[in-house]
Amino acid sequence: MRRYLTPFLFLGPASLLILLFFFTPVVATLLLSFTDLATTTFRHPSWVGLANYRDLFADPFLKKILANTARYVGLTLAFNVGMGLLLALVTSLVPENWGDPFRALWLLPRILPPVVYVFIWQGMLAEAPMGLVSDLLGVSKNWLVETPWVAVILANGFVGASFGMLIFTSAIRAIPRELFYAAAVDGATTLQTIRRVVIPMLAWPILFVTAYQTLSLLTSFEYILLLTDGGPGFYGTEVWSLHAYHLALSNYFGNVEFGLGAAMAAVLVVIGVVVSLFYLKIFNFRALVTEPKIEV
Amino acid sequence: MSRGTSVRLQNLTKRFGRVVAVRDLDLEVNPGELVAFLGPSGCGKTTTLLMIAGIYRPTAGHVYFGDRRVDPLHPRDRDVGMVFQSYALYPHLTLFENIAFPLRLKRVPGEEVKRRVKATAELLGIGGILERRPAQVSGGQQQRAALARALVKEPQVLLLDEPLSNLDAQIRLSARAEIRRLQRELGVTAILVTHDQAEALAMADRVAVFSMGELQQYATPEELYHRPKNTFVAGFVGSPPMNLIEGEFTGDGFRSGELRLPLRQAPLGRGWLGVRPEHLRIAGEGHPARVLVVEPLGREAIVIVELFGHRLQILVAEGEKPAPDAEVRVAFPARALHYFDANGRRIGPE
Repeated sequence: MRRYLTPFLFLGPASLLILLFFFTPVVATLLLSFTDLATTTFRHPSWVGLANYRDLFADPFLKKILANTARYVGLTLAFNVGMGLLLALVTSLVPENWGDPFRALWLLPRILPPVVYVFIWQGMLAEAPMGLVSDLLGVSKNWLVETPWVAVILANGFVGASFGMLIFTSAIRAIPRELFYAAAVDGATTLQTIRRVVIPMLAWPILFVTAYQTLSLLTSFEYILLLTDGGPGFYGTEVWSLHAYHLALSNYFGNVEFGLGAAMAAVLVVIGVVVSLFYLKIFNFRALVTEPKIEV
Repeated sequence: MSRGTSVRLQNLTKRFGRVVAVRDLDLEVNPGELVAFLGPSGCGKTTTLLMIAGIYRPTAGHVYFGDRRVDPLHPRDRDVGMVFQSYALYPHLTLFENIAFPLRLKRVPGEEVKRRVKATAELLGIGGILERRPAQVSGGQQQRAALARALVKEPQVLLLDEPLSNLDAQIRLSARAEIRRLQRELGVTAILVTHDQAEALAMADRVAVFSMGELQQYATPEELYHRPKNTFVAGFVGSPPMNLIEGEFTGDGFRSGELRLPLRQAPLGRGWLGVRPEHLRIAGEGHPARVLVVEPLGREAIVIVELFGHRLQILVAEGEKPAPDAEVRVAFPARALHYFDANGRRIGPE
């Protein structure tokens, strides 16, 4: 029994936090999703079983929202990882006193409060004479309505790319300098060195950033909420997590349906778990975890 | 395989900011020769090697391979092979692909790549482990793979940056002989950077001794040992190092405190006396000294004595070692003495 006491003590506090702030909400969400709790039934909710899920999957717009989610996550992910990699490579190739400020510049969108950041985007995309883009292109249009997806993906991507950039930059710096020397002596050009030596050595960081960002993009909706609020038109850029928010907390008709929103969130949790398991499998998580250096 | 070219460095200088790493270096390596760059860390030997490889651009001066000026060229256009101290094998590639890498970049056809990699690997005795990755083989095998990668493209010049210093002492000795044999067989011009004077003396046709970014002496191992040009070379080459005693030339001899040695023709002024530990004799006659420490090395022993306030190392045969604290007499054989002036420059016959 004593054998288990020390690890238990060490893992206790963290386990408690996970239990309290992760596990409990998930269970609460699940329980909520089996009720018809809404503004109208707030004082006397009743148990409805799977009715919320039935309604959800009968919703004719579900397909569109699912497609929107796939498009949003897929394209933003591609931008984040690709741009992060490009930025890391470019800023590592140029001298440090150029690369460092450039990287700092790319952190600005992340540091700005989302509301301010989105406000800038809206201003830039507005009609002339206010909008910078309209001004530059010479065509006065509200580009947020014309090309909502470009706006949503870029606004998210400009924030997200810096994450990959930081991770990839430190990974590139961890590559021993002699490997670059060896590649040059072996006859590789800069591009060949990147393709044949650097990128293969970044395999793990790339997988990690991809996995991490997939999960966070699945559940993040604040920039879309602020930028288009799911529009333009009917569910133009409405994604799964935003829809759950709309149903549960901000319904146009005033009757917010907590139960239905909870059902949507529960489905998202399932999707998240499935995606995590998939990534853990290709990560080969067991192989990555090294033996502990300390005996307990 | 190809015959090596000559390498000529002309007024080669490299500055990093305000630090001068290599100053005004002139040096020529003959075709097929193995030259060692020897010196302590930070002396400029590796910087020089990287300028020959084309990794660093010289601040001033030129590098020639034969008649071809190569210092403006990218490393890939220089036809050099290089082995690094850390071996710098690509961790994500098998040994086969590591060795094949330079050939793949040259777009050599697949069949020929296979043939040449196999042949080079056989030459180095790693033919059986080509499907493994660097992390799955021993340090000695990694070193051979790195050497194979450098040799597979049949370079004119082979550059070796401390290739042996990460090996176990035992493998190091056999790897020394192995590299020397291969280099002779292939006739490739080779430059070996090392801080180990024994390695430099054992392997090289000629040795260039560096200190503080400047070439101190460029000579055969025998010459370095018998006629060191200055006190730095005298103290760096040889193990244990030469004893150096600061003193004064009196016209007819050398004096340092109570130690007086007669000299037939001697200059005047301050200077240094140098004598190798293996040339000092513990004998019946000579100057009185007291034994401080005896370090047995097996076949011989290092005896550290105090003589008129100077500490001297003496190498004696195992059977002749005195007891600690013994009072002995130390003889200075006149023919084995080296003299240097106040600036450390050798005095006497070149």
